[in-house]
Amino acid sequence: MDWNFLRVLKAIAAVLAGTALTILCASAHAEDKPIRIGLVTFLSGPAAGPFGVPAKMAAEAIVDSLNAGKAPAPFNTKGFGGTPLELTIVDEAGGATKQVTELRNLVERQNVDFVIGYISSGDCLAVAPVAEELKTLTILFDCGTPRVFEEASYKYVFRTRSHATMDAVAGALYLLENRPAVKSFAGINQNYAWGQDSWADFTAVMAALKPEAAITTSQMPKFGAGQYGPEISALLQTNSDVIHSSLWGGDLEAFMLQATPRALFGRSQLVLVAGEPYLHRLAGNMPDGTIVGARGPNGVYAQKSALNDWLRQIYKERAEIYPNYPAYSVAMAFLGLKAAYEKARGAGTGAPATDDVIKAFEYLNFDSPAGKVMMKLGKGHQAVTGTAYGTTRTVNGQVTVGNVKYYPLERVQPPEGQKSLDWIKSGMKPGKW
Amino acid sequence: MNQLVAVLIDGLIYSSWLFIIAVGLTLIYGVMKILNIAHGSLYALGAYSAAALAGYWINQGHPPIGSYAAMLVAAILVGLIAGPVIERGLLRFMYGKDEIVLVLVTYAVFLILEDFIKLAWGVDPYFLYQPYSLLGSFDVGDLTYPVYNLVLFGVAVLIGVSLAWVLTKTRRGKMLVAVIHDREMAAAMGINVSLVYFMTFTVGAMLGAVGGALTAPMISVQPGIGAETIVLAFAVVVIGGLGSLPGAALAAVLVGLVRSAAVHYRPELDLFAIYFVMAVVLIMRPKGLFSVQEARKI
Amino acid sequence: MRRDYTLRILGVVLVALLAAGPLLPRWAMFLITVSLCYGTVVLGMMLLMRTGVVSFGHGLYYCLGAYAAGTLDVLFGVSDIAVMLLAAILVTAVVSALLGLLLRKYRDIFFAMLSLAFSMILYGLLVKTSALGSSDGFNVAAKTLFGIRIAGTEFERYLIFAITVLTAFLAAVCIHKYLASHMGRLAGAIRDNELRVEYMGASVRNTIHVNYIMSAVLAGLGGALAAVSVGHIDPEMSYWTTSGEFVFVAILAGTGNVLAPFLGSFIFETIRSFAYEYSPNTWQMALGTTMLLVIMFLPGGLWSLFTRMRKAA
Repeated sequence: MDWNFLRVLKAIAAVLAGTALTILCASAHAEDKPIRIGLVTFLSGPAAGPFGVPAKMAAEAIVDSLNAGKAPAPFNTKGFGGTPLELTIVDEAGGATKQVTELRNLVERQNVDFVIGYISSGDCLAVAPVAEELKTLTILFDCGTPRVFEEASYKYVFRTRSHATMDAVAGALYLLENRPAVKSFAGINQNYAWGQDSWADFTAVMAALKPEAAITTSQMPKFGAGQYGPEISALLQTNSDVIHSSLWGGDLEAFMLQATPRALFGRSQLVLVAGEPYLHRLAGNMPDGTIVGARGPNGVYAQKSALNDWLRQIYKERAEIYPNYPAYSVAMAFLGLKAAYEKARGAGTGAPATDDVIKAFEYLNFDSPAGKVMMKLGKGHQAVTGTAYGTTRTVNGQVTVGNVKYYPLERVQPPEGQKSLDWIKSGMKPGKW
Repeated sequence: MNQLVAVLIDGLIYSSWLFIIAVGLTLIYGVMKILNIAHGSLYALGAYSAAALAGYWINQGHPPIGSYAAMLVAAILVGLIAGPVIERGLLRFMYGKDEIVLVLVTYAVFLILEDFIKLAWGVDPYFLYQPYSLLGSFDVGDLTYPVYNLVLFGVAVLIGVSLAWVLTKTRRGKMLVAVIHDREMAAAMGINVSLVYFMTFTVGAMLGAVGGALTAPMISVQPGIGAETIVLAFAVVVIGGLGSLPGAALAAVLVGLVRSAAVHYRPELDLFAIYFVMAVVLIMRPKGLFSVQEARKI
Repeated sequence: MRRDYTLRILGVVLVALLAAGPLLPRWAMFLITVSLCYGTVVLGMMLLMRTGVVSFGHGLYYCLGAYAAGTLDVLFGVSDIAVMLLAAILVTAVVSALLGLLLRKYRDIFFAMLSLAFSMILYGLLVKTSALGSSDGFNVAAKTLFGIRIAGTEFERYLIFAITVLTAFLAAVCIHKYLASHMGRLAGAIRDNELRVEYMGASVRNTIHVNYIMSAVLAGLGGALAAVSVGHIDPEMSYWTTSGEFVFVAILAGTGNVLAPFLGSFIFETIRSFAYEYSPNTWQMALGTTMLLVIMFLPGGLWSLFTRMRKAA
């Protein structure tokens, strides 16, 4: 054989061997005593600031506090049932394909026991079947799309927060209660699934509750556009009574920056479905009277309780500001998992099997800083809560909310077995809970 | 009638913004034949530095009118530091290589700078709204526009006119144009091509940073703004014809008006607007609107 | 005369992978599967680059292939992998034949930007289509292979891995033989000097068109395979950053040999994966620096390592 051929063969063999070695090293872990939890959240890109990093800071604060046994009852055992927790953090950036790969790495290479993660709806939809295949209990902690449990059933996948339908329903209810004479409304939403679904839900609710209200224009700027000059001009010209928007993060800030000096909000009432995370940054650019949602009774809408005080304190120590709704979402995930784990463990001494934790988690009711969470949809895998909306007012240079109204879950959640949009279109009859 | 006026004004404002961010890129490509993907990072660096410096200025209690100067100073500093570092420190060693390899180099620089920005300024967006609202607003019909947008328009015109003047009326400028047309002949004629490259890249970097600095008061300066602008800048440059200044201006106006019209009349087409224009222009004029004549080499 | 061992090496790698598959940890098998999918697309990019054109819009075909495979289930209830691959080939061949009529007149950056424009137009169309899940996309579940049910069986992942390895192997062999053929060698000639090729009597535009179609079909195959193995497709596959990644891996790998794209894809995926794990806050910087190092020390791409060894002999 020609030795050139041999050389190339040897090189390939070397590469394969090197890879095999790396694989072996990577998967050789010492016996793990703590419970390893993988956290997948945005650490880069536009979603990192408002959602990803607050979720990470909340998770770190919660894990530290739980490991020290400092959480209020009934969560005051150390870690989960006495076993300490260990957090592994992965960046959610890079798209759905990347996240599927990373989930496999998390479970098979880094040997995590549970996964809590996913802010982007696209990522949630993509990883759910993979979590099933990997037989790893995965909690989707923040994504909004109702599709996860309305299009499929899962054994290993849970979501400990309500999906986005209630944001639209409650937003419309609150709007019509405070401003019943709405004759026209417009929308400005980012042109991707979240924005499109928000708008579709809102228009469906308005059509059911106030069919006479006319839609003037639906602006759909590109996600991350940042430049809303023409959109604002178009909105100004329509002279709508109401403007609905699911803009968030930097895009929302840019929009407010550009719209406020142009007196858009003197003409139109603004409804911000997901406006809460950056309220504290928008002082001076958030006109009084804006209707703001926090995707649940989170953040500024969280009612006083021992758990709420606890979260606010441990988060403020780490982040220097009070927690926003992604922090609450992550808290719900950790506390729900802790409750299920400890219920499955019962009086036993060993770690409960995943199947037992799943059985305990289904249809579980547990307390959280945002109030009571009940896993009643998606065959026990999807959480339902009520929600709240309020109106902004600037007091002493800070943006606060007033005129807060709470909506119980019967009014804002579709019942089991009925798709959200169908429920809305058929009149939103309260289900039996 | 009112809506048409709105379309025109919005279009011109957006065009000004596009022109400012694209002009540095077309200069760099025209002279150095490098597709500078890092231009997006320079834009982001300019925005962040302007927000930081002007924000600091305002927070220290100095008169807000000075924040404009602070923004400009920040942008120029970014250009003066980042430009030479990238060009002398990295690109200089890669000139002989294939064009496409240079693109990969600028992409690697872009990745590195993105994380550098994240490390330096964190992931939370920066706010700098005072310069935007400071100058007040003016009314056109029943629409209100901030005066700052006029400033944007003015700066775009200023940059365009002064660059055009430099390129056609000054000796240095004419040497630059010579290098754009034919690098080898220019070198044979005794032009210091290496120095021209250095100056061009630095000026291009400054222009990119200025674009970012001027945009900072209008937006929320956050991670990822660089990536979004790259494609827009490229599209404008390609539509206009690479290396052509009047081309970039005309392309910016075209794209701005088309986008504005889309937003007012058919908002759901906004996503396609720029790519549609690019496809149509390239189909009709394969080398862009104004392309530099190139001799065919046999 | 230098003997060409590519086909033998390909055969050895095929057998080695198929044999080692069940022994590998699952995440490694998945990593290799995804690398091979990307590698197939990059193989197409390599073919185009050898012809002297760089497409910044191959995400278009990658996405089309994936959606062709995925919508088969939604529209016709078909979820057989073989049929999905066939659909991907058909759809991408037709679209590239049409678009190629226009694109083959362009070169350099204009080719790149026009192809980018088309891929972004597809992106826009898909994002607007809520029936296809808009920007969230939808899940794809392949249930049978040549009629044999695989979903839910123990061998599911291995079979998907095996079919990917096999498809990649066949693609590599075909392209290798093509590049050694008359028309294939024309590609390099076109890259060097189009005018002379025209003087010789060969049609530059036709060759570019044919190579474009072949590279598009490869991208579509890669996309369909990715859809099956990842299980999820979304419009992001058509976004310019996806196309950009293919270009970068192609340059990184080098265009010397059909093995290069696969090797390059595998190394890129591995580096990216480890960068995510060990530096979640600075993985972009790690990736960028690695790329720069490769460019500085291996200007011909990673494959030039092997050719250098050969020259040293």
